Amino acid sequence: MIGFKRILKAGFINFKRGGLVSYASVLVMTITLSVITALILLQAVLHFSLDQIKNKVDVTIYFNVNADEDKITALKSYLEKMPEVAEVSYTSSAQALKIFRDRHSADYPTIQALDEIGQNPLGAYLNIKAKEVSQYESIANFLKSDNALVLGSASIIDKVNYYQNKLVIDRLNNIISGAQKLGFLITIILVIISIIITFNTIRLAIFISKEEIGVMRLVGASKMRTRGPFLVEGAVYGCIATFVTFLLFWPITAWLGHNMTPLLGTNMYDYYFSNILQILAIVLLSGITIGILSSLLAIRKYLNI
Amino acid sequence: MIYFNNVSKVYNKDSVALDDVTLTIKAGEFVSIVGHSGAGKTTLLKMILAEDVPTNGTVFFESQNVHKLKNKDLTKLRCRIGTVFQDFKLLSNKTAYENIAFAMEAVGKTDEEIAGDVPHVLELVDLGSKIFHFPHQMSGGEQQRLAIARAIINQPELIIADEPTGNLDPINTYEIVQILKKINDLGTTVILTTHNRGVIDSVGKRVVTMEKGKVIRDDKEGKYVI
Repeated sequence: MIGFKRILKAGFINFKRGGLVSYASVLVMTITLSVITALILLQAVLHFSLDQIKNKVDVTIYFNVNADEDKITALKSYLEKMPEVAEVSYTSSAQALKIFRDRHSADYPTIQALDEIGQNPLGAYLNIKAKEVSQYESIANFLKSDNALVLGSASIIDKVNYYQNKLVIDRLNNIISGAQKLGFLITIILVIISIIITFNTIRLAIFISKEEIGVMRLVGASKMRTRGPFLVEGAVYGCIATFVTFLLFWPITAWLGHNMTPLLGTNMYDYYFSNILQILAIVLLSGITIGILSSLLAIRKYLNI
Repeated sequence: MIYFNNVSKVYNKDSVALDDVTLTIKAGEFVSIVGHSGAGKTTLLKMILAEDVPTNGTVFFESQNVHKLKNKDLTKLRCRIGTVFQDFKLLSNKTAYENIAFAMEAVGKTDEEIAGDVPHVLELVDLGSKIFHFPHQMSGGEQQRLAIARAIINQPELIIADEPTGNLDPINTYEIVQILKKINDLGTTVILTTHNRGVIDSVGKRVVTMEKGKVIRDDKEGKYVI
């Protein structure tokens, strides 16, 4: 316990007396943690934008005008049980007519033509939203399959608009999965670059102390007693850099929230502060891990005396 | 106490630091090792601390083969040896107090023991007024006295002084040699390497002369003869 306390104290003192080297290390670590924070926020924007796009995609099953409502309800409840389906909404033929009239209220010839028919020409329809864009195809296939026929639904279905929208849905699906993969790849590359830069800065800081590390070993300090303060110093870099990063992103997200919300589709300031604990935990953990790991790797070869 | 058994150190065929050295140093001795630069003096000392590994031969500290020791045991061995270097090798970001405290912490001394002993040893080497000074705030002589204080704080059985007066003026050189003699008088074995004829002649104890990695003379009460 005394040994641990001494290591902890020595680490803090080394940091305090490190001067420019300590400041430089914190600065580089801050850049790394800023990259990580920015990527978290970017992922949020990407996720939000993709969600918006996904929400605009759906499949509608149009029924014949005389379709039996019980059969439609049975199909609806069957669809709702499917794991791919997020939501199914039913619009009766009367509601469909009302929506049509409302939409075309200013279009007098259309309304007049509708009145002349004298009966409701519109059938009911089910609007289906899948959990993932890629799952629309399997839902559409289900409607074509024997399951649907067993239920006796095939006879009442007029058309499923998936087949008209298939090209757009497929394309969107490709864009979304491509954007997610690209986002992930860019995140990984940027994080790796940042970690390498931080590692090299800390390596340089430890290189400056390599002779002292040798002296510590020669006066009888154990490897842990020699290495410990450097690990603590690395962790201190991480903690301080986390704090600086947090302060840095406060005004940045405030500005983004104030000026860029319509463009980004989400208020960054609200997102930052409503997820602050998770973001701080990720950033702090990353900072401490990078600091300790870099110190550990950098000091290794100087300890073998 | 220390036994070099046919120790050789060859870096490459043109660079032989030690050539079949066999040497015994008894407990309580004051041994001066002299020789030109590159004669192998420092390499010989590095062998005792296992700072360097011999190409051939063995080095024993009492009954322990120092190069066969496990990491933990090597750390323990180093705690029994005090070292003083020509370039002092102090911890530059630690004060005089902390430099000595570090050596005490390494052997597991308590905070109370450290607080009691450090000012005392600094008084002994006449650095009582520089207790909170950093090495760069001290003169060469003061830094070397601090290095000696660090070397003796754990009451080691052996002091290795590798050209401790190399960077000092005659007055400081005299002071350092007197301190080393006093340490030896109290029973600690001292191994000193130096180029300084005056130092060797004033000590008047055993002198081992080295040349091109070999021991060429071993005089019980020797003088500087190269």
